[in-house]
Amino acid sequence: MADDNATTRRAFLTHALRGLGLLAVGGAAAALAQAGAAGTVWQIDPDACIQCGQCATHCVLRPSAVKCVHTHALCGYCKLCFGYFESESIPDELTGTGAEFQRCPTDAIRRRFVEDPFYEYVIDESRCIGCGTCVKGCAAYGNGSLFLQIRHDRCVHCNACAIAAACPARAIRRVPADRPYLLKQTRAPA
Amino acid sequence: MMRRRAAQFALLFLALAAGAQVFQPPTEFQSGYTLPATPVPPPRADWLGWLDVGLLALALILAAWLALRKRSRPGVLLLAVGSLLYFGFYRHGCICPVGSVQNVALAMADPGYALPVTVGLFFLLPLLCALVVGRVFCAAVCPLGVAQEVVLLRPITVPSWLAHALGVLPFVYLGAAVLFAATGSAFLICQYDPFVLFFRFSGSAAMLVIGIGMLLVATVIGRPYCRFLCPYGALLRLLAPLTRWPVRITPRTCVNCTLCHDACPHGAIHPPTPEEPRPRGEGKARLVGLLLLLPVLVAAGAFLARQTSPALARLHPTVRTAEQVSLHGAGLLAGESNAVIAFEHAAGETGILYAHARAIQRRFDRASWYWGGWIGLVIGIKLLTLALRRRRTEYTIDQGACLACARCYPSCPVPADGPPEVAAPEGSAR
Repeated sequence: MADDNATTRRAFLTHALRGLGLLAVGGAAAALAQAGAAGTVWQIDPDACIQCGQCATHCVLRPSAVKCVHTHALCGYCKLCFGYFESESIPDELTGTGAEFQRCPTDAIRRRFVEDPFYEYVIDESRCIGCGTCVKGCAAYGNGSLFLQIRHDRCVHCNACAIAAACPARAIRRVPADRPYLLKQTRAPA
Repeated sequence: MMRRRAAQFALLFLALAAGAQVFQPPTEFQSGYTLPATPVPPPRADWLGWLDVGLLALALILAAWLALRKRSRPGVLLLAVGSLLYFGFYRHGCICPVGSVQNVALAMADPGYALPVTVGLFFLLPLLCALVVGRVFCAAVCPLGVAQEVVLLRPITVPSWLAHALGVLPFVYLGAAVLFAATGSAFLICQYDPFVLFFRFSGSAAMLVIGIGMLLVATVIGRPYCRFLCPYGALLRLLAPLTRWPVRITPRTCVNCTLCHDACPHGAIHPPTPEEPRPRGEGKARLVGLLLLLPVLVAAGAFLARQTSPALARLHPTVRTAEQVSLHGAGLLAGESNAVIAFEHAAGETGILYAHARAIQRRFDRASWYWGGWIGLVIGIKLLTLALRRRRTEYTIDQGACLACARCYPSCPVPADGPPEVAAPEGSAR
């Protein structure tokens, strides 16, 4: 009889605790439904970025999900582009566009004559590795129309972004999935 | 270096001299050229996140059906491999319930981070399942668990003292993961996930060594990560003993043949206790002693963890940056620091940075008390449960430790077919 009582007591406790647990989980779910947030994705704040180069090396993808992006409305269409040319070895005639004159290690920037004196620069993302070398040049001497962004057709949305963990500028943060880019916009007129 | 700088300045001058229009974006082109739009490929569609939740729920239901109703080891294994392929290799291991613990902790501590509903469901569904059908998530849904499951070749038994001691680690790890997630420092569980790099075919060399080491251990010890590290497993372990429909070795009467005990690689089946119990007084005295020891352990844990607070806080990026900026200011920093460059680039003020770092340090001071107290509590309760003697007349499953892998079913010689015997009311059989 004593055993019987013990069993009932234990069963009762288990039932009660399970009920409590279910209530807690249910309550958490209800609270969650109220707080109801949409998903987030990772993105680089181009104003905070210092082009340290770790986007190219720390992403779990090879090549990185980070690519150089160009806001053409900000671009000066310079003939002598410091995002494009290696500043130490610009050819005299500014006509040579061989690899030895280029900043980009993978020849990912297409340079095309538009009209005198303007040249168009377009990023070939299939070649870009996200090293930010061109971004550094453009930011140092130009308008800063080149910048790095996480490309969402490649990003696998790790819960802990490996680049964000390494980023010295803490430039990578979660942004709402419905506004997934932090693009540089055309400068407001002064 | 000098020559390079000089060349750069010369070029800059050249560019400036060429005319101001070089730097001004052209307002209009004579040739009718139009500005190309910047391509913005959209992120993974929202409904795919809901598909993941749906597949998780489906996999949990299937796992429960296969493990508890169908009692099919091949079925469980097949589902497990399917989960490994989808949640592991296809989804690259993100998002998973194990890592979602940190998102929940961050959302509770930081009002600026809103927990996405899909992530919250990934956290809740396996817990809910544990209350109803036990740890079927571990059995056949979790890709980390399955990665170890499929490499187990020749299981050896972990000595029970070692298994009990290591069994405390998941709770310590859970505390640490919550501590670092809630302070916004790092997602430890994700960063030190030993298997995710196999799903992504990329990762650091250190994690590769740890991952391969863990898989090698898993060839002889059943699921080392699940049993001795997994922080989500710690939560499941607490809830699973309350389950409504537990895993049963046989639906009929146990014949105490020891075969299931030998078949279980996870140490989740306990043998019957010896007939003659020890004198009652001895157990009671020990119990009272351990109950008195509990607050001492909590206090000691809190005190010890508090001593590590400065070291822990250094894992927070802001604290690290503040440290480097102050060293740089004092001229003590050797070489260049990207954190200092970034700080100067953002034109940050050192006063604000230091105040921010101090606030984070204070948060760590407080949180490390809790963490240490939690470790002390876990150790104390572990000792208490070891002192509690429960009488078992047959081989019994520890529902908290059982991973519902279904290995014990085929080992049981009692025929499982036919209707289960009508269970006699307990106690009346004796």
